[in-house]
Formats: sequence, C-alpha cells, structure tokens
Amino acid sequence: MKQLTRYLPLVLIAVAWELAARFELVSTTALPPLSAVIASWIDMIKDGELITNGLSSLFRAGAGLALAVFVGAILGITMAWWKPVNVLLAPIVEVFYPLPKSALIPVTVIWLGFGDGSKILLIFLGCMLPVTIGAFNGARSSEQVLVWSARSMGANRLRMLWDVVVPSAMPELLNGIRTALALSFILLVSSELIVAQRGFGFLIGYLGANGNYDAMYAVVLTVAFLGFAADRIYLAITRRTLAWRE
Amino acid sequence: MGTLLAAMTGQAQIVVNSVSHMYRPPRGREVLALDQVSLEVANREFVALLGPSGCGKSTLLYLIGGFLPVEKGTILVDAAQVTGPGPDRGIVFQHFALFPWKTVRGNILYGLERQNMPKEEREKRAQDFIELVGLTGFEDSYPSQLSGGMRQRTAIARTLAFDPKILLMDEPFGALDAQTRELMQSELLRIWQRTPKTVIFVTHDVQEAVYLADRVAVMSARPGRIKTIVDTKFDKNDPNIHKSKAFVEKVDELWNLVKVEAIKAQGKRAP
Repeated sequence: MKQLTRYLPLVLIAVAWELAARFELVSTTALPPLSAVIASWIDMIKDGELITNGLSSLFRAGAGLALAVFVGAILGITMAWWKPVNVLLAPIVEVFYPLPKSALIPVTVIWLGFGDGSKILLIFLGCMLPVTIGAFNGARSSEQVLVWSARSMGANRLRMLWDVVVPSAMPELLNGIRTALALSFILLVSSELIVAQRGFGFLIGYLGANGNYDAMYAVVLTVAFLGFAADRIYLAITRRTLAWRE
Repeated sequence: MGTLLAAMTGQAQIVVNSVSHMYRPPRGREVLALDQVSLEVANREFVALLGPSGCGKSTLLYLIGGFLPVEKGTILVDAAQVTGPGPDRGIVFQHFALFPWKTVRGNILYGLERQNMPKEEREKRAQDFIELVGLTGFEDSYPSQLSGGMRQRTAIARTLAFDPKILLMDEPFGALDAQTRELMQSELLRIWQRTPKTVIFVTHDVQEAVYLADRVAVMSARPGRIKTIVDTKFDKNDPNIHKSKAFVEKVDELWNLVKVEAIKAQGKRAP
C-alpha cells in the first residue's frame, strides 16, 4: 500500500492534464484530454492493433536483449580472465562504447532490410557493450582468496570460473543488464519510428502523421508503462538473485 | 627424535628446501620476500610461522599451498613436488574467504561436491562439521549475516570437511576480537586433537604461537629467512597453561627474538 501511495504525484499530473485539456488551457491537438486518450487506448486494445504491434515490438526487444546478454556476458568474462582476448577486444569496446547506437539505424537497415532483423541487430549491438563492461568489471573484481579457496578444494580452472568468477561478477553484470534493458526500449522505438511497418514506434509515427493524436498518446503511454514495469520486475529479480548481499 | 629421524630418512611430510621468492609488484622494484628458506614438518605436527608483518610468512604458506609458483628451491609434500593447489592441503585465510553467495551449508558442501562424494553422504558430513564447530541453527545463513567468529568457524569447518591431510592457516584469528580469538584458539586445539592433521599456522601473535604449536619457526624481517626454530610443546589441555612459569618464559624468549625483527622491519619502512 505504501508502495502505491508513492506514486500519488502521478495522479496529480493526470488530473492536471485532464483539466488543462478540458478547459482548453492548451490546444487539444497538442494535448488531447487524458479521458480521450484512455478511450482510444481501449479501442486499440479491442481491435487488436496495439496488441499485434506490441507483440512484434516485444519480440524484437526481447530477442536483441537476450542475444546482447548472452554474448556480452561471455565476452566480458573472457576479457577479464584471458589476457589475449582483452588485448584484442578492449580497444574495440572503448571506441564503440560512446558511439550513439541510433546512428547505426540506417546501417542495420542496409544490411538486414526493414523487418525484424535490422531492429534485433541494432538492439543487440547497442545493448551488448553495457553488459560486456559490467561483466568485465565484475569478473575482474573477484577476490584472489576465493579463487584460491575453490582451487584448493579441487575445482579445476573451468569449474572455478563458473563457481567463483561468474557469481563474483553478478552484481555488476546485473547492473549492466539494467542499463541495457532501458537502452533496448530507446533503440526499439527510435528504429521503428524511422523505418518499420509494425511496432510501437511505427504506430506512434503513423498515428501522429495522420493527426490521430488521442491514439498516438495512447501508444506513447503504453510504451512508457511497459518500460517502467520491465524495470521494476527486473529490479525485483535482481534483489532476489543478490539476496546473499543483504 | 621422531622428527629428526623422519628428516634424515626423507620421511617428513612437508619438505621446504632452500626456497627463495621474488615479489614483483605491478609498479616499482622487485622485492626479495623469501631468501633460502628450509623447513621440514612431520606428519601430524603443529608448526607456527612467527614473524613481523611483511616477513614473507604468508608467502611461504601460499608457496606450500601451490597458489604461487615455486621459482627457486623445491617444496615436497609427501615426497611429491608441489605444482599447484590440491585438496591434500586445505587453507584457512585471515579474512575467511567464504563464498558470500553460498550459505554456511553451501560453503561446507562445496569441497565435498568437488570430490564427487554421493549426495546423502556429503549432506551428512556437512551436518557433522556444522555441529563440530557449533553452528547448528545457522546452516542456511549467508556469511553476511554472521559475526566474524562464526564466519571463521564456517571457514574452518569448510576446510576440515573435505579432510585435507595438511591444514594451512594464514593468521586465521587475526581479524577477530581478543575474546573470540581466545575461544577460537582452544576450539581449534580441541578440533585438531579429534581430527589430527599436520598444521602450518601463520601468526604474528607470540602467545598464540606458543600456545598452539609444537614448534615455532621464527622468521626474520625482509628478506624472510628462518632465524630459529623453538620447541614449544606444552600440555594443551591444562586450562591454566597461560599462567605457568615455563609458558611465560617461553613467550618471553620468543618475544625477544621477534622484537629484534619487528624493530628491523620498522626501520626499513622509514624513508
């Protein structure tokens, strides 16, 4: 209950929004009343438009993020524990990390076309580096004495990597994944806005261009809510995974 | 006599033969940490390595453990050259080195799992050792939920459980408060008498060394050498041993030997 009352300021914004639009303090094309937005949200759920587009977006974000976590975690941990890999990859990571990944939108389209492939590739490329860096920093921080303890109890090198280095890397790795999760939403919507025939971003652009602002706002709010919910769920999972830290 | 005979016939369990070790910090000059150290430890003997901090006593322990490569000299354990860590040599560190993501039980089970002990047997064995060190009721606690003394008891149980022949202890009670330390010392003796093992115990606490060990090897300030080895066999079960004249004199004798080295170590650190 206390958790919910924290979000009371959001209700204030909703009321202010509704009133501002009702009393025409702002132009209703710029900001249609919240009630109209909700009505058009219900319509879009009923005719399935929001759900088909939403599923296609979630598939792209999910696939891109899953690939990024898998490849990024392996890269980061091998970079931390195998010098030649670090020598080879560290400069590449350093140069590509600050690159705004949205700049790659046209590139991925040239490579893989207008469909799912280009979005998944973009999200994968954009989300991989924060995961890699998290895994790398985490794995490097694993304590020497823990490694020695495992080895003296009969763990071979591979076993030690899995039993000591991976769990030691976990807090920073999970932090990197959280950054990647937020990035995946940004990259998803921006790439769909620019080139797509389906998805949340496509819907926002399409509805806006046709002057259907109630519906456009409904999609924007849906994306905002999904992003928020994903982060909350992720945090809850993280807290459970890292329960040993207290 | 037994020790001497064992040494003469090459029967000592641990033979350290003129081992030198260079410490190479990532930046700065190389330091000679150990210089031509030789030491023999018999089966089931309790030997303390005593010296000022920075004298290389932990380095010697890590070399015997196989955690650092032996570059000069040889170390034999049961007549085989040490080439890496192995479950014949268990280690207990000053800062416990428990896996923080595993519970007390999970930590103790780890070594047993690595030896492929069947599930039922290892569960039972873990429980036995939890009882031995008095941690019943804390099986499912994480190390972060335990006091320092409880963490160190978990670490000792974890190492004893997989039954190494040799116990390497690196200032295991150094991070504990004075009362807990004293309790842990007598508890270690109690456990050691029940599961006799060879112990090498690193400490800079003279009284602790004299109380626990059969022999104390006094190390010199850097570069670490073994300055002398003193016999310190006392009746461990005498509750008033700390107050006996012989004990106090022995502590005094060793304290004088160590003090010279501690002063030397201080002098070297001055600019």
